[in-house]
Amino acid sequence: MKTAVIVFPASNCDRDAAVALENLTGRAPEMVWHRDTSLPKRLDLVVIPGGFSYGDYLRSGAMAARSPIVQDIIAAAGKGLTVAGFCNGFQILTEAGLLPGALMRNQSLKYVCKPQKLRITNSDSRFTKAYNGTADVTFPIAHHDGNYFADDETLTRLEKSGRVIVKYDGNPNGSARDIAGICNEAGNVMGMMPHPERAVDPLHGGTDGIALFKSILESI
Amino acid sequence: MAKKIKITPEIVKEHGLSEDEYHIILDRLGREPNINELGIFSVMWSEHCSYKSSRRHLGKFLTTGDKVIQGPGENAGVIDIGDGDAIIFKMESHNHPSYIEPYQGAATGVGGIMRDVFTMGARPIALMNALRFGEPDHWKTRQLVSGVVAGIGGYGNCVGVPTVGGETNFHKGYNGNILVNAMCVGLARTDNIFLSAAKGVGNPIFYVGSKTGRDGIHGATMASAEFDDDSEEKRPTVQVGDPFTEKLLIEACLELMATDAIIAIQDMGAAGLTSSSIEMADKGGVGVEINLDNVPQREENMTPYEMMLSESQERMLMVIKPGKEQLAFDVFNKWELDVAEIGKTTDTGNLVLKHKRKTVCDIPIAPLGDDAPNYDRPHVPTPPRPVLAAEDVFETQDYNDAIVRIIQAPDIASKRWIWEQYDRHVMTDTVDSSQSKGDAAIVRIHGTNKAVAITTDVTPRYCYADPYEGGKQCVAETWRNLTAVGADPIAITDCLNFGNPERPEIMGQFVGCIDGMNEACRAFDYPVVSGNVSLYNETNGVAIPPTPAVGGVGLIPNLDFFRTLSGAKDGDTLILIGETTGWLGSSIYLREILQREDGAPPPVDLAVEKLNGDYIRKLIRGRRVSAVHDLSDGGLAIAACEMAFASNIGLSLNGPSSGPAHSWYFGEDQARYLISVGKNDVNPILSTASAKGIAAQVVGKVGGDRIVGAGAFDVTLEGLRKKHEEWLPNFMNGTDA
Repeated sequence: MKTAVIVFPASNCDRDAAVALENLTGRAPEMVWHRDTSLPKRLDLVVIPGGFSYGDYLRSGAMAARSPIVQDIIAAAGKGLTVAGFCNGFQILTEAGLLPGALMRNQSLKYVCKPQKLRITNSDSRFTKAYNGTADVTFPIAHHDGNYFADDETLTRLEKSGRVIVKYDGNPNGSARDIAGICNEAGNVMGMMPHPERAVDPLHGGTDGIALFKSILESI
Repeated sequence: MAKKIKITPEIVKEHGLSEDEYHIILDRLGREPNINELGIFSVMWSEHCSYKSSRRHLGKFLTTGDKVIQGPGENAGVIDIGDGDAIIFKMESHNHPSYIEPYQGAATGVGGIMRDVFTMGARPIALMNALRFGEPDHWKTRQLVSGVVAGIGGYGNCVGVPTVGGETNFHKGYNGNILVNAMCVGLARTDNIFLSAAKGVGNPIFYVGSKTGRDGIHGATMASAEFDDDSEEKRPTVQVGDPFTEKLLIEACLELMATDAIIAIQDMGAAGLTSSSIEMADKGGVGVEINLDNVPQREENMTPYEMMLSESQERMLMVIKPGKEQLAFDVFNKWELDVAEIGKTTDTGNLVLKHKRKTVCDIPIAPLGDDAPNYDRPHVPTPPRPVLAAEDVFETQDYNDAIVRIIQAPDIASKRWIWEQYDRHVMTDTVDSSQSKGDAAIVRIHGTNKAVAITTDVTPRYCYADPYEGGKQCVAETWRNLTAVGADPIAITDCLNFGNPERPEIMGQFVGCIDGMNEACRAFDYPVVSGNVSLYNETNGVAIPPTPAVGGVGLIPNLDFFRTLSGAKDGDTLILIGETTGWLGSSIYLREILQREDGAPPPVDLAVEKLNGDYIRKLIRGRRVSAVHDLSDGGLAIAACEMAFASNIGLSLNGPSSGPAHSWYFGEDQARYLISVGKNDVNPILSTASAKGIAAQVVGKVGGDRIVGAGAFDVTLEGLRKKHEEWLPNFMNGTDA
């Protein structure tokens, strides 16, 4: 599988994503600089990593969503390329219009970092198939702006069409309907606030993230 | 300068220079300094930069050893952890700014200590912090906790370096003067470490990072009217942090360091461009000429004085190899950082500053360092306190109440509210962090199976009661905490926070603590490789308790062998290693139950510490123990509760074989560890300990859902955990009353 990780100024989970991808796919991803105007050829997966792209200045994800490489990601996603955004990557995907809704400041107004119980709410998606129906998983969360918001009509549409793939079990940030991760209508673009790439090694305290990467691997 | 400023005795005084110090300047220059030169001397000879009250005492420390690559004197200390890997680390204070403006003060403290580490070629891999706040009832405390924690998190989280541990105390002694001490640990290769000594003549000097503004300009300056009628009104002297720029600086510097373009590099910390340029020139024995017109400036009409004394954050100075200028420009432009060639090294031995085609400063560099004041301040030892006999200390009649009160006391209560605001997992090498369950933080060396263990410790109430024993204890406690996770302790950094050194009793605390620390360092072969001194921590003549915070670093050679508090299993036997006399002087029991802070603190027998600790490490490496916890604040009872919380299982402790129960359960004798052991290992451990002359006894067993102390307390695990967890969030929400 050929993968790429996008590097924005002040991305800081780019290496974490790269390590997880290399360990789980057997091949190091290409690290793609934000000012590049096109993605590498014949990619199977693009990961937009967590971090504080552009310092979260203006709004988290807002500036990165307007960088040159994201324009090519939008085009490639339209042609079916698999795109996964974790944490800041999710924020960027909503700002880029690839996913609906927005991530607002946590209801507590505080940054929160802890292992978070989650429920896989759609195990048919290309990002969750390998969970084989397992509903309860734990991934770390670490964010200040993870409070998912969309209007009621959008939320209902997302839920009815199985596009909410993961929900919080114990809402840590005020997200509407406990939503932790969603995908687009075509099912090839996914964003989530939790960090599956931080749950792939027993020393991390758990390995529940492995099946997410395995799902993507098996779908290609 | 719009016009020449006359140097009056008042101006000299406002720069914090004594008459004697000013006469040395006149003598070395052979003339009167101009205002820029005076400003430069004043910051270089400030306590902060010159260590004029502390230098002669710091010189006593053990600073060398097998594993030491670089001791004190550079931006940070460097130790060898094998396989070509080096760990670079330091701790530093940002006390005063954090009291004035807690968010930015704490944030820039974190930024500054990270720069000290990556300046030397290391990628920062872990942050720690040691925080002391005033008593919870003080009106400012809640706001300060909130701001400091948000500032530490706001900076470290954005830069993407995990904050993996620390300690937080509350005491009225810090009401007017909180302590924010930040520590950074970085990873480098032993053959690619960068130092600050400028070399060669005619080599280009590069400025990189944020533009220079008027923030943080030397506080002790005169009113703006006297300074310059044309200059803009002064900005408050608060630095503002920009973690985004810091992250770019780290990546850009590490990228350039992977080439051979850099001769010397120094971050601009305290006293900014002044101290960075002078330190680089002084260490390299060269002169420096800087054209201030080329310094990237954030504001208009900045004077040379302002530029040289600005403490704008996220700036670096480097000497580049001739011919490599374009490479440097390319790397910094890629990361969209301001970069400028601002000067050259020279053979004059002088610091020469040009501004608008005029020479505005021309002073010899050597006297700035060589002739810096070095005072032998008078000091008187702290009078010894009487040793309290346990029999003379009131014994509570309600142990259930006592254990609840202690477990939710501000110093003992869970600090989850704080550490859940820090990203502890980024870089994905933090081991077991989500639960923060070890006595020391554990961070894997990327791509290997070894790890560093990191801890920060000091018990200020012991240092206040007896600086010498307290000094021994803080070093010993770090050594013990590293040992308790299975690490080989290697070296320490320190952050020495004290009051006004011009008062002999404060200087006595300082000297006492240093002598005690040094004795412990020598006993453990555990050198000091970096550090920082913060004096004048007082308000209205009341000094803080002496607080020499120590940051210890050790190595876990193989991650298949480490232990935390969290592995205790149903049916395990609890063994106490180390001797218990029931020491209640200066204990948590005394303070929290009896509201007394008297009595001599527990003495530290360094030979026994070493013997007991080495045995614990051996047991961990032999996989003979399922959980380990050192005994500290609150003694055996609190250590047992913490192990029960982390392991998620109840336990019961046996009562004392003799003596009163309060001293058995809450005494704070040193050199002790509580270990949880499977049944087959109990007798071998006891007999081996006995053969080695180590005190070891069975003190209880693991199991059930209650925490029981025979003849004393019996409470539910979950009920006690709730008390432990809820104090800080309730306090911060204002619902504790």
